Amino acid sequence: MRIWSSDSGRQVSEARIEEAVGNREFAGKMSRQTNRGTENKKMNSELFTLTYGALVTQLCKDYENDEDVNKQLDKMGYNIGVRLIEDFLARSNVGRCHDFRETADVIAKVAFKMYLGVTPSVTNWSPAGDEFSLILENNPLVDFVELPDNHSSLIYSNLLCGLLRGALEMVQMAIDVKFVQDTLKGDNVTEIRMKFIKRIEENLPAGEE
Amino acid sequence: MAMDTRFTRGKSAILERSLTRPKSEVSLSAFTLLFSEIVQYCQNRVYSVSELQNKLSELGHQVGARILDVLVMREKNGKRETKVINVLLFIKVNVWKALFGKEADKLEQANDDDKTYYIIEKEPLINAYISVPKENSTLNCASFTAGIVEAILSYSGFPAKVTAHWHKGTTLMIKFDESVIARDKTLDGR
Repeated sequence: MRIWSSDSGRQVSEARIEEAVGNREFAGKMSRQTNRGTENKKMNSELFTLTYGALVTQLCKDYENDEDVNKQLDKMGYNIGVRLIEDFLARSNVGRCHDFRETADVIAKVAFKMYLGVTPSVTNWSPAGDEFSLILENNPLVDFVELPDNHSSLIYSNLLCGLLRGALEMVQMAIDVKFVQDTLKGDNVTEIRMKFIKRIEENLPAGEE
Repeated sequence: MAMDTRFTRGKSAILERSLTRPKSEVSLSAFTLLFSEIVQYCQNRVYSVSELQNKLSELGHQVGARILDVLVMREKNGKRETKVINVLLFIKVNVWKALFGKEADKLEQANDDDKTYYIIEKEPLINAYISVPKENSTLNCASFTAGIVEAILSYSGFPAKVTAHWHKGTTLMIKFDESVIARDKTLDGR
């Protein structure tokens, strides 16, 4: 899975594929994708917000209780995070983070900005420097959203937790992510708490040392 | 009946929100990754391509039902369309711009059938990063968009069936209820 710990490695292999395949159409497609990669297209946040809302609504229909919906959202977020990190590393030119503080900054100032168009603030560091909070003044996922009373334990934006966990796992960091404040529940801000658990050892496939 | 608590709780900031178009943008990657995950989720719960398309269409319904009121208030001064052609133009222009940032490529009426219309989109945003597997070549994830259009039409008082097809890119086929066309003709006479 993790053969792409460095950016340049991936680009080289992409170029190699193009070269090796020699098929014009395929090569054309590849280069078009690279073009796309650099321009980072934007879209109106409303379709995104409403689509997410449609998903949550569907999950609430498909599952019996909020806990299961939370779990499913987390799982889907994880799947997205695993793929999103690749997109992120390719677009952002961010190298390896040296410590958790740098990771926090990159998440808040680069990643959130890039994907959701908002910049959360990073606060409430634990003395050991292994925990911090992301404070979201605006959470684009919850525009137009109001939680009905019978869904009080639903963590509406839980997809974000899974996403952060999945993305960081792909850069060898095991993180615990959870919502501790939510404007949908009447809090003034939305707060995501991130706790560093451990660095994941690189598992090189046998024979690739 | 007890009053719904959300009216008494006094925290409905959502009702105070301005209706003007928000400037906020998200990245297309964020949307496409989310959409891809949604398609996979639906795929795991169905047995056929048509069921999958129905499910995507149902999700589109949710979006259409919600965007309709916002757009009518924001861009039409609260007035809804009563004529078939006007509601179709509202979709081609206003709805498309709001959701996809551009007008739909084409709006056409079928030559042989006065209740069938087509919205044609050469490169629909929804399908931007989706490659359709050979074994399911009829699958068109723009069924999601079809659901959006269907909901907007139905909630505007124009019951219709909208389906997505691969034709000149992606074509959304709109088939209105007989009653809609009959009503439109009586309006013409006035």
